[in-house]
Amino acid sequence: MLEMKNVTKVFNPSTVNEKLALDNFSLTLEDGDFVTVIGGNGAGKSTMMNAIAGVWPIDAGQIIIDGTDVTKLSEHKRAKFLGRVFQDPMTGTAASMGIEENLALAQRRGRSRFLKSGITRKEREEYRQKLQILGLGLEDRLTTKVGLLSGGQRQALTLLMATLQKPKLLLLDEHTAALDPKTAAKVLETTEYIVTRDMLTTLMITHNMKDAIAHGNRLIMLMDGKIILDIRGEEKKKLTVEDLLHKFEAASGEEFANDKVILG
Amino acid sequence: MNILNLLNALPGAVSQGLIWGITAIGIYITYRILDIADLTVDGSLCTGGAVCIMMVLSGQNIYISMFAATLAGMATGFITGVFHTFMGIPPILAGILSQLSLYSINLKIMGKANQAINVDKYHLLVSLRYIKGVPFYQNPIFIVTICIILLVALLYWFFGTELGCALRATGCNSNMARAQGINTNFSKVLGLMISNGLVGLSGALLSQYQGFADINMGRGAIVIGLAAVIIGEAAFKRIFHNFGFKLIGVALGSILYYLVLQVVIWLGIDTDLLKLLSALVVAFFLGIPYWKKKLFGTANPALKKGGTINA
Repeated sequence: MLEMKNVTKVFNPSTVNEKLALDNFSLTLEDGDFVTVIGGNGAGKSTMMNAIAGVWPIDAGQIIIDGTDVTKLSEHKRAKFLGRVFQDPMTGTAASMGIEENLALAQRRGRSRFLKSGITRKEREEYRQKLQILGLGLEDRLTTKVGLLSGGQRQALTLLMATLQKPKLLLLDEHTAALDPKTAAKVLETTEYIVTRDMLTTLMITHNMKDAIAHGNRLIMLMDGKIILDIRGEEKKKLTVEDLLHKFEAASGEEFANDKVILG
Repeated sequence: MNILNLLNALPGAVSQGLIWGITAIGIYITYRILDIADLTVDGSLCTGGAVCIMMVLSGQNIYISMFAATLAGMATGFITGVFHTFMGIPPILAGILSQLSLYSINLKIMGKANQAINVDKYHLLVSLRYIKGVPFYQNPIFIVTICIILLVALLYWFFGTELGCALRATGCNSNMARAQGINTNFSKVLGLMISNGLVGLSGALLSQYQGFADINMGRGAIVIGLAAVIIGEAAFKRIFHNFGFKLIGVALGSILYYLVLQVVIWLGIDTDLLKLLSALVVAFFLGIPYWKKKLFGTANPALKKGGTINA
């Protein structure tokens, strides 16, 4: 479903701030894979997501989504393959537009937009039903401006928008990191429900090792723009946080010092 | 200070306010919807006026001339859009570059700095000569009001379409818009074109109304437009929530601006100081949200980047 071949990205080349964010990075995802991604700050997790999404061009390598080479495609053209949820709840939605208008924008992802009505009556009914899945009562507030919703509500809505049209690949970039633990758990539960229901191929970055272990069928750990751990199948099912820490030390040769990564 | 002088001046002020109201609606689209302060308007207003007057002088039908003025305005918006999106120039600077280029272009269109037109010799849609003593359907207030209602209806429809929604999303949150597959560069260019098209039309009406097109007629148009937007929003925000009515509110704001201006003139202020006064009033009102935030911690929570991080 996704193939990243020898992708390299350097930020601020030939300056003192030069940073090799992705170093000859390769990753292949099978159809239906749910991969959790962990790693310290600056490991290249978000860079990997942004490279897939096409936020900026990569310096070398190739990215293929569902058989299409998207390496040269601009961000908005790749959008038809991708559902994205961001870390900052403000990023994923248009605050001055209504809940239904945001959903209608997402419904048209990857299609040409012309002078047809921006939202139809039939769609409204559909959205009402789909919003019920979130269990937040948003189905009764279709015209409410998204700017009036809480961070958790906005993340849940963004998640629904990202999966409204089944994406080839769902990119979750620490989408629960800015939420309080209770809300984060709820959003994660909804994520698991939707991903399982639609059998979505998913990449989920998280700062929380427990979440990384509890979800998905494969776990990768990044450091310095490379994959240093890749655990899948039965091994992944039996994994504990302690195992993970040992494996990290063995793979990287240093202690996992970042408390935030351990405790989430 | 004869009150009759003021009363006599009011219909003219209302007409001018309405004509500038179309410019203000154009500025609303860039400033409020696209979140771009577009300075092209200072040039495109004159472009619209120049194209309209020159075409009428060369014997063209007034409606065709006004349509051409609108297209010319759209072309200026297109240029600014290309400067901004294709060449990566910040929007304010892109507008300034267009505005400066338009000074030359407008001179070339008109051939000189000022072109007058005589309403007795040519058929014009609006003129300040028609303020009094003509049937109501020739009165500029009536004609421009109809124009504005039609334009607002058209814009209301457009911003409800898929394309219009994409444009709104671009202005509100361009990251989100791209993630939803919207070509934000296209949206910006389109928005600038629509906005400057309206400004061009407004310039065409204004030059007919005053009986001439002048190279300096657009000077400070952005400030007058912003003043109208701000006044309209402040005066009608509790009444008008619907998008269409908000646009009407902006046009009404423009009328209020010209009425106030007329009163200030009647009070005997040195008219050389009017632009200074306008600029300071706009600066004051633009500063209000900032100071509100600084003093009370929040601006309007329903606006743009509202909401809280935690549930």
